[in-house]
Amino acid sequence: MTRRRRPLLSLASIAVFATVFLVPFLFIALTAAKTRAEANRLDFSWPTSFALWDNLVAVVSARNGMLLTAYLNSTIITVASVALLVVFGSMVGYVRQRRKSRWNGLVDFLVLAGLMMPPAVVPTIWLLQQIGLFATLPGMVFIQVAYNVSFCVVLTRAFVATVPRELDEAAIIDGAKPLDLFFRVILPLMKQVTVTNIVVQSVAIFNDFVNPLYYLPGNANVTVQLTLYNFQSQYTTQYNLLFTNILLVTIPPLVVFLFFNRQIVAGMTAGAVKG
Amino acid sequence: MTATPPRLEHETPRRRSPYPLWFYAPVAVIYGTLFLFPALSSVWFSLTRWTLFEANFIGLDNFRAFFREPFLVQGLVNTVVFGFVTSGLKTVLGLLLAVLLTSGIAARDFLRSVVFFPVLVSTIGVGIAFTAMMHPTQGVINEGLAILGVKGPGWLTDPHIALLSVAAVDVWKGVGLATVIFIAGIVSIPKDYYEAARIDGARSLAQFTYVTLPLVRPATVTVVILSFISGLRTFDLVWAMTKGGPGFASDVVASVIYKQYQAGFYGLSTAGNVILFVLIAALALPLYAFLNRGEDRS
Repeated sequence: MTRRRRPLLSLASIAVFATVFLVPFLFIALTAAKTRAEANRLDFSWPTSFALWDNLVAVVSARNGMLLTAYLNSTIITVASVALLVVFGSMVGYVRQRRKSRWNGLVDFLVLAGLMMPPAVVPTIWLLQQIGLFATLPGMVFIQVAYNVSFCVVLTRAFVATVPRELDEAAIIDGAKPLDLFFRVILPLMKQVTVTNIVVQSVAIFNDFVNPLYYLPGNANVTVQLTLYNFQSQYTTQYNLLFTNILLVTIPPLVVFLFFNRQIVAGMTAGAVKG
Repeated sequence: MTATPPRLEHETPRRRSPYPLWFYAPVAVIYGTLFLFPALSSVWFSLTRWTLFEANFIGLDNFRAFFREPFLVQGLVNTVVFGFVTSGLKTVLGLLLAVLLTSGIAARDFLRSVVFFPVLVSTIGVGIAFTAMMHPTQGVINEGLAILGVKGPGWLTDPHIALLSVAAVDVWKGVGLATVIFIAGIVSIPKDYYEAARIDGARSLAQFTYVTLPLVRPATVTVVILSFISGLRTFDLVWAMTKGGPGFASDVVASVIYKQYQAGFYGLSTAGNVILFVLIAALALPLYAFLNRGEDRS
């Protein structure tokens, strides 16, 4: 809280932070740039010859370009489920905030359960098999919606509370039907929380490993995180390729982070301060 | 939907609410089918020997098996240990980092980003990278320790510390989230309190103990609960780093569920799931109530 700078403390903390938080990333990048023999020594050292391009080509072309399929699948899942989450989740957060009804208690309980409880895995697999959605991309999309919608409701509900009700009333007097009111008046005003929502959910869904592992088996449906996991057992003696893959998987969140740092932090700290 | 209950305000009995309940419908269908129904039916399936085609009721046998097999019990104990260790460390370190990063040190914003970034990185990627770095003889960590003249342990190969090593990586990856939550909490404390404390002669430590700590409480509750629950549910980091090994030394309930599923013991796997539900409800809810009760008193 003091305004004076403390150069010694600053220097010491920069040094410690750099070692603890940046060395692992540097290690990933350096190993990804090494040749196979050098990478397998697992040293933290500068590569004697740069093989990053060769490694990239090798990783991307491995198993008939499985990584490209994986990126495509992960993108489809992420985009589709985030789109559904934003629309459907905002609808719930909006009505829950605006309307007093006897369902409110139940809705709150289910939202809390969705935030806390792990999914029942095998019964879900059985159910997906029954309705023909097991190991399909649409099935995965709906699963992501079901598992992430609670957080979305919490975020949007808090935001709708800051949108004045007078706007609703004005629109209703002008003859707006419920759908018009929501999609043409309220949703456009929620742009800020929608961006937060999109960013936070995209990162979570893109990085998700457990759910594709259970619900999306098979090479045709592989996702980015699953390729990484498969390569782990395949490339036990090719650390250069394994780490090139890690590098590739780390880049999308890094890009998102550079552009949306503020929204991510806002979304993830939402509700923490209100108490 | 035509007859809206008349007790709602702003409404004449004839007019429909501008906030129709059918807005809940899409989420209700998806969540109800894919989350709620499996969760409820898991109670039944956990009482059966189950092949996915046929479920034979066997009473509590799955649960008995769970509490009788030493390696399954170990998974249970490990889960609780993992939850407490990671949640405790994330809370303490997160608070200290937040205090440091709201003080007047240089490169503050950059350091905040550095601490937070691992939160966004793929858990599997982090797990693989640290597994390589924790290699007992060649790993970067032990080579670094050797330079200092310390002989590092087999982080992931020694059954006594494998679980704690994974927990340490979990803290490394997750402490950034705790830190930004604490920063948001600290920033929202009015400056006047510090001013008043300073006038009363409070030094840094006293300011921290008597101003920051009590007033940052809502953030503390969030961090403790959030990290405790995610600790109890952890699967991917354990799976990427040790697969529950060596032996069963670092198995947690979530990895046991996966192993039993892979082995085709669907009923037993589902029983594990039910145990995880109960564990979270039994530990997290009282913790939440306890932390909030304290809040009312202060």
